Amino acid sequence: MEGHQLQHQAACMRKALFDQGYLDDQFLQLEDLEDEANPNFVEEVVKLYYSDSARFIRNIELTLDKNPFDFEKLDDIMHQFKGSSSSIGAKKLKTECTQFQEYCKIGNFEGCMRTFQEVKQEHAVLKKKLESYFQVFLLVHVYNCVYVCVDVHFVTN
Amino acid sequence: MDSSGFSSPRTDCFPAGLRVLVVDDDPTWLKILEKMLKKCNYEVTTCNLAREALDLLRERKDGFDIVISDVNMPDMDGFKLLEHVGLEMDLPVIMMSVDGETSRVMKGVQHGACDYLLKPIRMKELRNIWQHVFRKRIHEVRDIEGHESLEELQMMRSGIEQSDDGYFFSGDLVSGKKRKDADNKHDDRVCGDPSSVKKARVVWTVDLHQKFVKAVNQIGFEKVGPKKILDLMGVPWLTRENVASHLQKYRLYLSRLQKENELKATFGGTKNSDISSKDPTGNVCLQNSIAQNATTVQQNILAKESYAVSGQNILIHNDEPKICEGNGKVIPSMPTTVSKKALFGDTADLAKSSTSRISFNHSFGPLDSDVKSEPKIQAEYSWSAEVPSFQFKQEHTAHFHSDHGFDHLPLPMHHNQVDSLERSLAHNPGTSSKESDTRAQAGLNNRRNQGIKNVTQAENTAALFSVQPESHLTDCHAIDPIQCSIWNSKNHCLQQNLFDDLQSSQRNLLAGTGSALRLWGEEFNDYSSQGDFYPPNTFLGNIDPFGYSNHELIADVPPNLYESLKFDSEYPTDPVEYPIDQGLYIA
Repeated sequence: MEGHQLQHQAACMRKALFDQGYLDDQFLQLEDLEDEANPNFVEEVVKLYYSDSARFIRNIELTLDKNPFDFEKLDDIMHQFKGSSSSIGAKKLKTECTQFQEYCKIGNFEGCMRTFQEVKQEHAVLKKKLESYFQVFLLVHVYNCVYVCVDVHFVTN
Repeated sequence: MDSSGFSSPRTDCFPAGLRVLVVDDDPTWLKILEKMLKKCNYEVTTCNLAREALDLLRERKDGFDIVISDVNMPDMDGFKLLEHVGLEMDLPVIMMSVDGETSRVMKGVQHGACDYLLKPIRMKELRNIWQHVFRKRIHEVRDIEGHESLEELQMMRSGIEQSDDGYFFSGDLVSGKKRKDADNKHDDRVCGDPSSVKKARVVWTVDLHQKFVKAVNQIGFEKVGPKKILDLMGVPWLTRENVASHLQKYRLYLSRLQKENELKATFGGTKNSDISSKDPTGNVCLQNSIAQNATTVQQNILAKESYAVSGQNILIHNDEPKICEGNGKVIPSMPTTVSKKALFGDTADLAKSSTSRISFNHSFGPLDSDVKSEPKIQAEYSWSAEVPSFQFKQEHTAHFHSDHGFDHLPLPMHHNQVDSLERSLAHNPGTSSKESDTRAQAGLNNRRNQGIKNVTQAENTAALFSVQPESHLTDCHAIDPIQCSIWNSKNHCLQQNLFDDLQSSQRNLLAGTGSALRLWGEEFNDYSSQGDFYPPNTFLGNIDPFGYSNHELIADVPPNLYESLKFDSEYPTDPVEYPIDQGLYIA
């Protein structure tokens, strides 16, 4: 694929993530933080988030299995999860978390269960999308490097 | 938690190099915040456990400038951490949370957070955190300066009081530390790290002190103990150590008052001798005379004075001679009215001197020997309109008993508090002669040291007080506002009596503060509320801000005076609004 195309693809993916509401401003903030010292800052943060957030999901599942049902605890865990998700700008995911918390507050078990599935789903979907995005970015970068090298080679030869 | 290297001294290009400690159990946020803060050119240390953070802070005292912490943490509640940091290290703390509910935010502020950020946090919000550090520093400087001036004042005035200035903060002031070591002792204890910890200051506001005094009174002065007081006070965040330290000061203040009263007894002496410390009977004499005018005057004065001084200066109302009479202590009999005015007038001056000033200025001025100033004073204090206070003077002049424990107008003289008072008094618009000012100041100084010296307004009874350098009373006149003299705890008993006679209303007013003051005054000479309390001069020495025993006298002023005197100006003394029944402080 041509470098342009790759770049174009990356740009489109990024735009879609925002347009479709998966990401919000916080993601932009992360991008702004990238610099020479941390050229892959955004990716590092996202990776860190995903490795850490798994425990929240697990905890909620465990709590949902317990009897009697502890809404307060669920609310608490979800609160932390939401806070963490806000760090990468996971917009849709945050909305689902809030919904879950609402159900906890009114003690609606069904609602909680249902929403939790949504939460898990959003969490997984975003992960995939971001992974793809970073891959394309990486390709673009690689391509550019190669392209430049090739160019140089061409020129020198 | 990793800590990046540290604690190097900050660079001079503030705010660059600001040493920030970030505490958050979420590793993702920790990473992001670290990066953001680094981009702001701050020196960042991260920590994901609250306990570790506290250890770090304790290890490296003065190793950080500001702390940013999340509210929800597994090992310790963020608010608790906030409290600890505030108490032990006195660093500005910013709270963070994804929850922006007003109640949570309010809780944060209540616990002392200087800011509350909502996650997701933007970089621009972090760029500005340096202002919290800056602001705190400025306040500290002000406090120290305030202390210094007070101290000087006291020193000048109360030569005799020197002894109790155990707390003089000269040392501290110089060092620029806000808190006096002595005062902070307890703080140190709290954090278990005596010297390095920045003492957390517990600001003993008028209200707090009132509670304290009330508790002490309830328990009974003889049987009082920090634990009992703490329980009675019902202030959740206060520690036993805080109370113990405060109690110690209070005791010193009261004893100082007593001393002053004795001194006073030398001149004037009409009757007073009895009061020695906590013995209200002595005031009888005073009461009589004072009663008459006192009540009204007192009230007025108190009301006006106490807070006239923009809060800072304790309006030492000179409750007029009345007080003096009874107690010898000389209630700053100064016509309250006058004092107030003076206070107000000087408030500006006082204000300048940083809250701690006792508005006595006004009153003091005339106090001294200025009996004549009375009239002047009155003029000044238009508001107090109490001219009647002057009347007292006349009547009571004779009374000024120096030995009334507190009232002895020791204010002008001895009390440390007088320092501030004096200072403020000094500002007195001219009326009072220097003497009175000095007296007042002395009284103030004394007070300060003692907490509240009764600034016996005795100005009126200036004669009574014979402006002795020590007898603060001399300034009575001048010190109208300085009812402080009454504060001298010693006399509080006396004063108490006096006031009783005077009027119940006034009494109420004073009672609140007066009793507090009294007790306080006695003990506290150096009442310095924790930390900020300046050791030596705790308040106007005899001012009994809280417990004005002299109802009349101090009723109004004391609280303010007290406040101003003692705190490093941390106490936001309200200008006095206090309605007479408030008990003086309108803290």
